[in-house]
Amino acid sequence: MKYLDEFRNPEAAQRLLARIHHRSTQPVRLMEFCGGHTHAILKTGLRQLLPPTVRLLSGPGCPVCVTSSADVDHAIALALLPGVILATFGDMVRVPGSGGTSPPTPLLMTEKMSPGEGSRSLAARMTGHVSSGEGCSSLQEARAQGADVRMVYSTLDALAMARANPQRSVIFLGVGFETTAPTVAAAILQAQAEGLRNFYVLSLHKLTPPATRAILDAGKVQLSGIIGPGHVTTIIGADAWRFLPDDYGIPCAIAGFEPLDVLQAVCSLVDMIERGTPGVSNDYARNVRSEGNRVAQGIMHSVFRVGAAEWRGLGSIPDSGLLLRDEYAALDAAQQFPVQVRPSQEPHGCRCGEVLRGVIEPPECALFARACRPEHPVGPCMVSGEGACAAYMQYGEGRNV
Amino acid sequence: MCLAVPAQVISLAGQEAEVDFGGVRRRISVVLTPEVRVGDYVLIHTGFAINVLDEEEARETLKLFQELDEFSETPQKGP
Amino acid sequence: MSDKTILLAHGSGGRLTHDLIREVFYRYLGNPLLNTRDDAAVWPLPATCEPLPTAPARLAMTTDSYVVQPIFFPGGDIGKLAVCGTVNDLAMAGAQPLYLTAGFILEEGLRFDDLEQVVASMAHTAKEAGVAVIAGDTKVVDRGSADRIFINTAGVGLVPPGIEISGANARPGDVVILSGPVGLHGLAIMSQREGLGFSFPLQSDCAPLNGLVAAMLQADAHIHCLRDPTRGGLATTLNEMAAQSGVGIEIQETCIPVPESVRAVCDLLGLDPLYAANEGKLVSIVPPEAEARVLNAMRQHRYGREAVAIGQVTTAHPERVVLQTPLGAHRILDMLSGAQLPRIC
Repeated sequence: MKYLDEFRNPEAAQRLLARIHHRSTQPVRLMEFCGGHTHAILKTGLRQLLPPTVRLLSGPGCPVCVTSSADVDHAIALALLPGVILATFGDMVRVPGSGGTSPPTPLLMTEKMSPGEGSRSLAARMTGHVSSGEGCSSLQEARAQGADVRMVYSTLDALAMARANPQRSVIFLGVGFETTAPTVAAAILQAQAEGLRNFYVLSLHKLTPPATRAILDAGKVQLSGIIGPGHVTTIIGADAWRFLPDDYGIPCAIAGFEPLDVLQAVCSLVDMIERGTPGVSNDYARNVRSEGNRVAQGIMHSVFRVGAAEWRGLGSIPDSGLLLRDEYAALDAAQQFPVQVRPSQEPHGCRCGEVLRGVIEPPECALFARACRPEHPVGPCMVSGEGACAAYMQYGEGRNV
Repeated sequence: MCLAVPAQVISLAGQEAEVDFGGVRRRISVVLTPEVRVGDYVLIHTGFAINVLDEEEARETLKLFQELDEFSETPQKGP
Repeated sequence: MSDKTILLAHGSGGRLTHDLIREVFYRYLGNPLLNTRDDAAVWPLPATCEPLPTAPARLAMTTDSYVVQPIFFPGGDIGKLAVCGTVNDLAMAGAQPLYLTAGFILEEGLRFDDLEQVVASMAHTAKEAGVAVIAGDTKVVDRGSADRIFINTAGVGLVPPGIEISGANARPGDVVILSGPVGLHGLAIMSQREGLGFSFPLQSDCAPLNGLVAAMLQADAHIHCLRDPTRGGLATTLNEMAAQSGVGIEIQETCIPVPESVRAVCDLLGLDPLYAANEGKLVSIVPPEAEARVLNAMRQHRYGREAVAIGQVTTAHPERVVLQTPLGAHRILDMLSGAQLPRIC
């Protein structure tokens, strides 16, 4: 496929690796901010091929992983409301919340749908009550208890659901960083333009530069450089990362997601560190400009305002979340469907927070690969395919190969 | 982060485009990339084009990989 | 196209049931054993089944249920899948498939035409595979209690003397062979799912593989393992065999054929083709001296044209499958844990 295959070329990869080996003399710790990078690095086995002087740490760039348990509970609570269709990206379906969210009774059992089956669902059945024994700890469990949770690939699909189901309330779970937020904003504008009255968004969107600052300010990790998130930067622009060299003296290389992209970024970081010239290197120039995508930024900011957000493992960070502006209050699920949720609590023994801050690597958590596995995850780092722990389990890091 | 793949725009109709990616076709929204034209490659994320791929830059980068010599300096790109 | 639909009365055992069986099932699937209309089919064991002094006759038997949605998909339908799945399970044991049973659970309201299409498809596939459906059952359940059609099958076959094929027989030094490109069935099904909205140019690879297996065994009877990588994909199947045999398996990623469109959808949705279902492929583990003959025989057959060696069995990392990536690194290829869900991040 064009503009993908060429960036997977093994011979060029070997040349880049040789260059990194040649140039790297001092030990460096590089944070791959982005979960997509963790995935790509582990899938190709890149870690094994880098010199021992270059150490890669996984950062909090997994929007699912950093969703607090209170926010997951919030989504579950909305899904359990009568008449609601909860539309979500697949990533969020299995993320565990606190486990204590029960459906309100009585609950009308609505059309079921699971990702394993097609749209031909079981016919609608209306019953008086659903047994609300245990609480639901994920959207998947909520669905098993009768909630109408539907997976979508695009927010536009959720809009289509709203049009097709005028008597139901379609709530879209807005998860994702600056790459995704403009697409959700565009859908909100579309909904308003059409006068759609039954489409809502629960915004859990977050901003990445503030989280990066929070990690660096926490001071618990020594970082030599940051591999910047390519697609977030497509939107926000390479200039948005200038604060790293300017305020922290740390170089940043914006990377795409194919092996050559990641290697090129590592190469740039090693070069900048060896020369002592921290800066921002745009190593994804085919999809990143200094100023980013101004149209997308404009749309995002016209719909969302910046506010505090709770990041799992990092706590509450000011000005790091996106909330719907007052003009869009009618589409704001948080305002239109008030629900009670417990404050966030970390499951006992879960060290997701430290993994997300790059303080420890997944195998250092006592629960890793034992009590916490993809089949029964404890924290989001294991649930999300992009989470550091899931990626480690899937690709075998932490076990001797 | 955020899965996005490059696809070629086959046709445009208002705010929507039909794109081809490895033989697979999909309709997507181009509201975030109003400058797009038929034939362009766009980066698609969750059903939206978020960037028009800079083919010149892509060629430059690939050329650099071709010419890579482990002993020369990496030319630094960006601000 | 008629508007006729299945009614609860079709399952009552009375005249309507008999009419349904005659008009649909006997019409398409009819054969001497089925047509006796007795409660059970009775047949003599073939001559080749006579016990030999050193090699007792062996039968192979399998069962499966089919609940796929949607029931019609590019390249097939639930009926074709039911026949292929059962035939293939028998073939993977080295058996020559002989007879199938088919039990149908029909949802009230199912269109007659749809049922007919499914059963006709089963008949067509059974004919290709050289098997006959010799016993069947039909039940009708309330609207909402089944997703249009569920099919349960059992299959019976004959295992020739001297054939010892099992997932436990892989030995270090053996070669791992894959019969063709992966991911087609899983992706064809997924392309029909509402909300994903992409048009997929390829079809499910659903096919009966007993002919291919027969050709392989004729080329070299010393095949150690055979398995079809259905649910869970190639990765899961390799892990199963590694565990059963207590050996390690190393696979070269660059050797695994993946069609471009399969790769495209996987890249788009964040899926891995190595975990996608296949319904017309097999993995074979053979001793190294058999590799050339077996590959050659496979490539002569319509369902094995793109057969290729993808790896080898090793003493290293027992019960684990390791993938050598295109960059030359090694990583563990685990089996699928839950379902693969499309993701955006």
